[in-house]
Amino acid sequence: MADVKLISLSKKFGGIYAVDHINMDIPDGKIIVFLGPSGCGKTTTLKMIAGLNTPTEGDILFNGRSIINIPAEKRNIGMVFQRYLLFPHMNVAQNVGFGLKVRNTDPIKIKEKVEEALKIVHLSGFERKFSTQLSGGEQQRVAIARALVINTSLLLMDEPLANLDTKLRTEMRSFILSLQRRLKITTIFVTHDQSEAITLADKIAIMFNGKIIQFDEPKTLFNHPISPEVADFLGATNILKGIVKSCQKNKCLIESELGETEVGQSIDFENGREVFFTIRPEHININSDKESKAKNTYVGKIKEVVYEGGSVRYYLNFGKSIVQVYDRSNKVLSREKYVSIYFDPEKVWIFPKNRKIM
Amino acid sequence: MSSLFSLARRKNFVIFFRKAFLGAVGLWVLVPFIPLFMWSFTKSWFWPSLLPNIWGLRAWRYSFSPYSKIIEAIWITILLALVVTFLNIIICLLPARALGQRQFKRKQFIRLFILSPLIVPSIAVALGVLDIFIRLRLANTFLGVAIAQLIPTMPYMVMMLSAVFENFDIAFEEQAKSLGAGPIKTFFYVTLPMIMPGIIAGSLFTFLVSFNEFVLTFLVGGGKVITLSVLLFSFMGGEAGYDFPITAALAIIMSIPGIIFLFITEKAIKEEFFALGFQ
Repeated sequence: MADVKLISLSKKFGGIYAVDHINMDIPDGKIIVFLGPSGCGKTTTLKMIAGLNTPTEGDILFNGRSIINIPAEKRNIGMVFQRYLLFPHMNVAQNVGFGLKVRNTDPIKIKEKVEEALKIVHLSGFERKFSTQLSGGEQQRVAIARALVINTSLLLMDEPLANLDTKLRTEMRSFILSLQRRLKITTIFVTHDQSEAITLADKIAIMFNGKIIQFDEPKTLFNHPISPEVADFLGATNILKGIVKSCQKNKCLIESELGETEVGQSIDFENGREVFFTIRPEHININSDKESKAKNTYVGKIKEVVYEGGSVRYYLNFGKSIVQVYDRSNKVLSREKYVSIYFDPEKVWIFPKNRKIM
Repeated sequence: MSSLFSLARRKNFVIFFRKAFLGAVGLWVLVPFIPLFMWSFTKSWFWPSLLPNIWGLRAWRYSFSPYSKIIEAIWITILLALVVTFLNIIICLLPARALGQRQFKRKQFIRLFILSPLIVPSIAVALGVLDIFIRLRLANTFLGVAIAQLIPTMPYMVMMLSAVFENFDIAFEEQAKSLGAGPIKTFFYVTLPMIMPGIIAGSLFTFLVSFNEFVLTFLVGGGKVITLSVLLFSFMGGEAGYDFPITAALAIIMSIPGIIFLFITEKAIKEEFFALGFQ
């Protein structure tokens, strides 16, 4: 059982808050991902939970008890770093058993648990090897086994997959996911990769500049980001400005550089109010038929085409805005061609707050 | 075609030159030992002979006999060197870590300051130290000499240790802590093994410098702490008068640790490199 609570947790370096009064309830047995750009404070937060950084303000509760004054070595938290940090002068078995050795566990018990842990990460038989003889993925799995073997109830992972190539990364992602589901260990995972976050997380905490902007399930973050910043970070790159023409129950009409847009969202804004809204590139349909009668249809000229293998990205200009369309239908539309784009009113999202949330 | 030819010729010349140069250096180091060896096996040798007139084992027999102070001196010299090495490691760990890991004001200055014993003449240092130690009642004692010998040896130890600390990633210590190791266990299980090449290198230098040190030992020890170098001095016109054969034998005995450690260093450092997996 590991119920972790962050209360107004802060870390100041010089005069600047690297972590700015974070409040969070981390549910037991789930994977929480801290997502954000480099330098946003996610690693610093993780290290404070681990005890490797001292908070400047605030508290961390573990099952209701404050652990702020407990040194890192007594917190019994498993931690996996980006650089694996396998002790180079020890073999795999000694590395994995390290946590038990420093707890003065009986050597026979250590051997047993190491075997068990290696089995879980599919590295049975690797006991005698040294880190230089292992591939990146194997080293990462040893690091994970080493963190698991101490029977921890909280697992912290700091961008553990950043050093792996794409294919391996995807494999390890599934591996970590199935592992966590099986062992049900509360896990906090830090990354700057949004697709990684969405795949792994039960809930994502998006961080910018030391603050948590939104803490929600991936689906909610994806479809209802709270601010343009969040949307942009998650790949919702079409952020457009518009003026509210009218708002009724479940329906709004907005005037923007596209033209008039119908939005199927129950939000109550007054007429004339300036809003920002977004429509994800994947939710826009593109068509050479300029006569479409669907709602929210606009005719524009393709400025740029980017071929991505199974999909194509189109960039169209509307006034000063650039609208990105992500199309997987194997159409081939060329530059300078006039096409129509259209999208479902339900897929449009007006940001509840205009300003960036700091 | 002719330019290709001269390229090969130049290559061969470089290889030859390199070998010749190494050979010359080797000779330069080894040639002085030849007269030393001959003297140690001499019973009687006078000018103008190129070789000893009468050979004999007197010097060697005397060296290892129970009457001579040589065996005793060997033990004291070794013990002293070991003590100095041990103290040096302990004292230099923290400063070396600071130099290797941290940035701070005047870092360059402090570094030069620590290296300064290498530039200052040891007689000057010895006289100053002697004065202070007399007041502290450390003069003429084993401990006094040991402490004094830290002065010329610290630069080496700090240099070696700070070099390994520069390459040491303290994230390893963080990892150890997160796994449950307190500061002491972290040091002995993780940090120490990883900085071992620096400790070995620094220890070898310290041992050798201490082993061969004369001025400090003689002045601070007052002739009461009899190391091999002090003993050697006494055979060169000190108490025992002039005795070249014994002096030569002693000098050869004193050179042995240097040669042994040369081989040990090479082997030890190669193994450490393997273990740490330098990629």
